[in-house]
Amino acid sequence: MANVNAGHHDHHPDQEELRTFAFWIYLMTDVILFATLFATYIVLQGSTDGGPGPKDLFQMNGIYASTFILLTSSFTSGLAILAMNKGNRLALMNWLGVTIFLGASFLFLEINEFIHMVSEGATIGTSAFLTAFYTLVGTHGLHVTLGMGWMIIVIMQIAKHGITPVTKRKVNIISLFWHFLDVVWIFVFTIVYVMGVN
Amino acid sequence: MWESVKEFASEFFVTGDPLIYGADVSIVLSIIAIVSVLTYFKKWGWLWREWLTTVDHKKIGIMYILASVLMLFRGGVDALLMRAQLVMPEMQFLSGDHYNQIFTTHGVIMILFMAMPLMFGLFNVIVPLQLGARDVAFPFLNALSFWLFFSGAMLFNLSFVIGGSPDAGWLAYPPYSELAFNPGPGQDFYIWGIQISGIGSLMTGINFIVTILKVRAPGMTLMKMPMFSWSVLSSCIAIVFAFPILTVTLALLFIDRYLGGHFFTLDGGGNPMMYINLIWMWGHPEVYIIVLPAFGIFSEIVATFSRKKLFGYKSMVFAMIIISVLSFLVWAHHFFTMGSGADVNAFFAVTTMLIAIPTGVKVFNWLFTMFRGKITFETPMLWTVGIIPNFVIGGMTGVLLSVAPADFQYHNSYFLIAHFHQVIIAGVVFGFFAGLYYWWPKIFGFKLNERIGRWAFWLWNIGFYLCFMPQYALGLMGMTRRLYTYGWDKGWFEMNLVSTIGAVIMGAAFLVQIWDIAHSIKHMKRDTTGDPWNARTLEWSIPSPAPFYNFAVMPQVTSQDDWHERKLRIEQGLEKPAKVELEPIHMPKNSGIPIVMSMFWFFVGFGLIFDWLWMAVPGFISVIACMVVHSFNYDTDYYVTVEEIKRTEAEAGRVIT
Repeated sequence: MANVNAGHHDHHPDQEELRTFAFWIYLMTDVILFATLFATYIVLQGSTDGGPGPKDLFQMNGIYASTFILLTSSFTSGLAILAMNKGNRLALMNWLGVTIFLGASFLFLEINEFIHMVSEGATIGTSAFLTAFYTLVGTHGLHVTLGMGWMIIVIMQIAKHGITPVTKRKVNIISLFWHFLDVVWIFVFTIVYVMGVN
Repeated sequence: MWESVKEFASEFFVTGDPLIYGADVSIVLSIIAIVSVLTYFKKWGWLWREWLTTVDHKKIGIMYILASVLMLFRGGVDALLMRAQLVMPEMQFLSGDHYNQIFTTHGVIMILFMAMPLMFGLFNVIVPLQLGARDVAFPFLNALSFWLFFSGAMLFNLSFVIGGSPDAGWLAYPPYSELAFNPGPGQDFYIWGIQISGIGSLMTGINFIVTILKVRAPGMTLMKMPMFSWSVLSSCIAIVFAFPILTVTLALLFIDRYLGGHFFTLDGGGNPMMYINLIWMWGHPEVYIIVLPAFGIFSEIVATFSRKKLFGYKSMVFAMIIISVLSFLVWAHHFFTMGSGADVNAFFAVTTMLIAIPTGVKVFNWLFTMFRGKITFETPMLWTVGIIPNFVIGGMTGVLLSVAPADFQYHNSYFLIAHFHQVIIAGVVFGFFAGLYYWWPKIFGFKLNERIGRWAFWLWNIGFYLCFMPQYALGLMGMTRRLYTYGWDKGWFEMNLVSTIGAVIMGAAFLVQIWDIAHSIKHMKRDTTGDPWNARTLEWSIPSPAPFYNFAVMPQVTSQDDWHERKLRIEQGLEKPAKVELEPIHMPKNSGIPIVMSMFWFFVGFGLIFDWLWMAVPGFISVIACMVVHSFNYDTDYYVTVEEIKRTEAEAGRVIT
């Protein structure tokens, strides 16, 4: 049933619009979730308990690279939307694929960073600062992972059903989510990394 | 081999207390009873098709209410155990540890597993009907929310017989709730029980915001919306802002306990005070989240039983919105004594006092609605009128507590206990009772017995005053909370005795209500009108109980209290009952995914509590799998035919030609 409202005039509101609206509210709850994590990080960032601090641990070159990659992936997810609006199914799937690839590269760099830090003895249990750091950055990374899995599922559905009102809404929502992750990352980049090393 | 099994069992199951063996036996017996009754009457298929997989908001609401009544029973038993321990000095009934576990579970169960689901139950059965909607915005999500709540509640309750109950108070303050001081699984049961059901609450919040803002009947502008729906909207907005903070707070505590983190520990640079801030940033709005819908219920009942339009509709709406905003600016009044300094305390004292203003506005509006009304005192109205003095006393003692310097005297005393029980029992629980009596005929199709209902009302109220008024005095005399015994020399005996008698009377009142339900089912008089109270809002315009599609024809709303106005116009001959043209109705299909997915969440929680990754990891993968399966399912709805609508309406006593 591609369009459940087709042919029937009942007073049901448009399901796809409802879902998009609900997703905006969900994003608001996610904003609060991250705001809380940022607050805990800011409170605890000086509590290194004699262990390593931001200046000792952060390697900014890798962070610049991953920031650039994530911002680019937001751009490519925008290109996917443009392709969708033109009705170009193949380009849509390709751009989503590129976005996933960039997301995976970002994640690869992040995991590398974590491994490097742990190898220097900076684990989640070392100090309150590190607990807050791994939790905040890790939660963002978890969201990226989730977004990638979600995107794969959306691509499979486009392959199966084509561009329909339902898949269109799904692409719009995942792209919204992806942009949101980008915005959160800009805060992580500024508050955790840039302000941490300066 | 046998030795290690025995060792495992002695740690896994809680042992050593006759109360717990009694609970073990009764759990096993009731499971056997349920399973054999269902099997004997061949009801498994019916149960699965009609209830466990339902996405009908009315059935989900009934399941919420049922679960919440069971939890009220358990939380009430906890309360009676505590009062039995405190009835006189030097009682040997409960040990100190056991007492800690009981007040912890009492608090958690009453707020999160009794008040919240009772509230969600009323949201579910009433809000779509009041809005003139066919369902909530997201029926599947709604079912998932219920089952997540149910899984979380079961997980939490299991701690009583498996592993051990949490004992760090209902908000689990660190450092006591940290691994160093509290190594058993009790605290992890707390974290996961609340976490899983909290995700359900958050989704309910989103669902009802969208429902109220987007799926109202044509013509129903926001300012024509019934007051209960307004109260639900303001409560849900508070849910959406507050619950993510709870999710994070519990997750951080879990990271401390499970991964060796240092958010709230005493060592490693942790900051226990941060937990207390975070938990109250959720916890304070939470009490307004549960009380706002009760305000909505009072508003509906007062208007109906005074035969008058609600006085000051707009001020009521604004008061609710102001309350839901202010509720986020007062959290630090829960720890005035913890060294925040005079400026901070002053800010939070003033914001706290400010809440009394919109609340006072509401009380005056109810009183002015009654003024010169033709009041009748059926049970719902009796509860509403009874609540007003109760709530006013509770509110005034709240203002006393909000005076920061004075709070240094009241803090952690029975004065505080009496205050919050007064606002939460008299404001929230009695409010939801009023709502249950009021909407019972709409939900089940028959009224509850008035005479027995009055008995329950008086017993509850007498028991309530007997139980909590002495506690104000005890608090001023220096009796602190979380105290499991006290000496004869304190002079607290008489008032504790009275308090316990009050608690027993409330317990009896609960039994009278159960009897009321049983009696009313036995002597059921079907409500054939659909509108037994001569009420004012849309839910009363359809047969009781409402057909599964709610409205055969979508109502066209023209005014506030639209159903009342329509009845008036028809009576005066200005309007004829509308000629109806039926169309097929678009409905969601049932789904087994919500219950299955929540069961997997249960495994995730249980696995993490006992550090069994072999259970938690497959559980989590299955949760994801359920989501994927649902995402790929495009066949989620169907149409009800005109013939079936006609047949259903005819069975409910309405002829549509």
